[in-house]
Amino acid sequence: MSGRRKYPQAYAGGAEALAHVRDEIVPALEAAFPGGVTPLVPSFDQPQVQVAPDRLAAVARWLKDRGFNMLVDVGGVDYLPRTPRYEVVYHLLALPQLWRLRLRVPVEEDELEVPTVSDLWPAAEAAEREVWDLFGIRFAGHPNLTRILMPDDWVGHPLRKDYPIQGPRASLPAFAAERNRYHAPKLPGDPPGTAGWPGGAKGGN
Amino acid sequence: MPQVVRSGDYDLDLEELQIDAEGDRMTLSVGPHHPSTHGVLRVILEIEGERIVKAVPEIGFLHTGIEKQAEQLNWTQAITVIDRADYLAPLSNNLGYVLAVEKLLGVEVPPRARILRVLFTELQRIASHLVWLGTTGLDIGSQSVLMYCFDLRESILDLFEEAAGARLHPSFFRVGGLAQDIPEGFEELARRSLARVPERIREIRNILDENPIWIDRLKGVGSISAEQAIAWGVTGPNLRACGVPYDVRKAYPYAGYEEFDFAVPVGEHGDCYDRYIVRVEEILESYSICVQALARLPKGPVMVDDRKIARPPKHEVRQSMESLIHHFKLVSYGFDVPAGEVYQAIESPRGEIGFYVVSSGKNKPWRVRIRPPAFYNVFAMPVMMQGALLADMVAVIASVDPVFGEVDR
Repeated sequence: MSGRRKYPQAYAGGAEALAHVRDEIVPALEAAFPGGVTPLVPSFDQPQVQVAPDRLAAVARWLKDRGFNMLVDVGGVDYLPRTPRYEVVYHLLALPQLWRLRLRVPVEEDELEVPTVSDLWPAAEAAEREVWDLFGIRFAGHPNLTRILMPDDWVGHPLRKDYPIQGPRASLPAFAAERNRYHAPKLPGDPPGTAGWPGGAKGGN
Repeated sequence: MPQVVRSGDYDLDLEELQIDAEGDRMTLSVGPHHPSTHGVLRVILEIEGERIVKAVPEIGFLHTGIEKQAEQLNWTQAITVIDRADYLAPLSNNLGYVLAVEKLLGVEVPPRARILRVLFTELQRIASHLVWLGTTGLDIGSQSVLMYCFDLRESILDLFEEAAGARLHPSFFRVGGLAQDIPEGFEELARRSLARVPERIREIRNILDENPIWIDRLKGVGSISAEQAIAWGVTGPNLRACGVPYDVRKAYPYAGYEEFDFAVPVGEHGDCYDRYIVRVEEILESYSICVQALARLPKGPVMVDDRKIARPPKHEVRQSMESLIHHFKLVSYGFDVPAGEVYQAIESPRGEIGFYVVSSGKNKPWRVRIRPPAFYNVFAMPVMMQGALLADMVAVIASVDPVFGEVDR
């Protein structure tokens, strides 16, 4: 047993790094993409900008070239009554500078598509698949945009606000006895068979 | 004509997976029910002899819709489902979520609650790393390590039981502090349990460090470079094993970690052996944080003195009308959180776990996005497996420490 070894100093000073992003990088980004990037008020010290979907690929490339080497997260949010309805949220991190920047990309309900950033950060590949799976937002140019958490034959996108928590059959009869288990009512797009029904292919719900 | 491999319930479309099944190459599906996949991971391998040419992880077998469920519950109730995401480190999940909501509310927790949170989160880190060490030992072929680790973990779970009443999912943290104060005599109990940690870790390292099988199976296996790891979003001990000293506790201190003195262990080569060393040393650092926390534990309340967030004490409820109203309101409705969005990252045993919480100003979260560190770590595994032997796949999966409650949520 070697005992406690000496380690290099851990990266520290996140607060100053965030101030640098707010004061230097965000204005430079806005100047480089007039009209495409709108700085938002930092939320709890975290700098954030709004990016138009058609400029996202160029903005991501610009940021990657300036040191944002890690894509921490890609997530979706559904603001249902609002237009634009969806938002795709990217969290970027630069190591070792510890810069952080949040990109918020509004997505219209009738144009559910943003460009992929998986060519810049391979981490986006799986995360974008998850956003597609749960929100139904397509990522143009993604190498393999398939479902990741839900089964491949699933219909619908569960994290949308108009998707009922009990599942797509929430409005159907609640008691098994009231259902016709051999001729279950089909929803549009349902796979053939008795999947999802008592005694059906995959058991009850 | 797409090439399809029949495999029970799920057929594999090789074209969709971008796997080439020509020539000497063979496609092999491992999991999801394989003891070495630590849960329900399925890896589709393209192998040439014993060498892995390509690996495609497939996840989603443990998807429980935690993020969807959290939207239906009020801010306090959501703690219990988020707890279950990373089931080996539930208190880390609690801490990240609770800190995010407290940021939105603008609440400052009392010092005793802050220190106790650090103590419990670090105990949880030790417990989680011990499960990792034990199961990795089992995968590599060292059975006794599992018993040594689970014995020590047991005494930590006993502490959780003593304080919170539950061993695996304590849900002990609340918005504004803790669910309750620690019981009488808990500190002494904690000191006694903690005193076993360094000795037990020394014993385990005596078994493993010089063990030729352990070294053969782990050293130089499953390497990943720092650039690759950063590009794939790898965080936590897996990233630090590549020599990148990034730890959220130091980089963006939260919950009072800046008051504690601890080092961030890093490796050099980014292989399985360095991941082992980093985690074992982290256990000792967490032990040191726990000892410091016990030494400086102040007296005082463990919940904020704000009746709109914290329930009034029971004796007040029996005497004061106002307290009864507050109690009723908090139990039946909860509390509103100002509209806004916040991203709170903390260092969980698996890496940076982030909570992107969106509030619409109501008593329920509008959206809780959990940034699962294990999710990104799992998808970096193909890089580590590239060109490795089939048997090394087991070592790589074990050393990455995926927890599928968190990957699939």
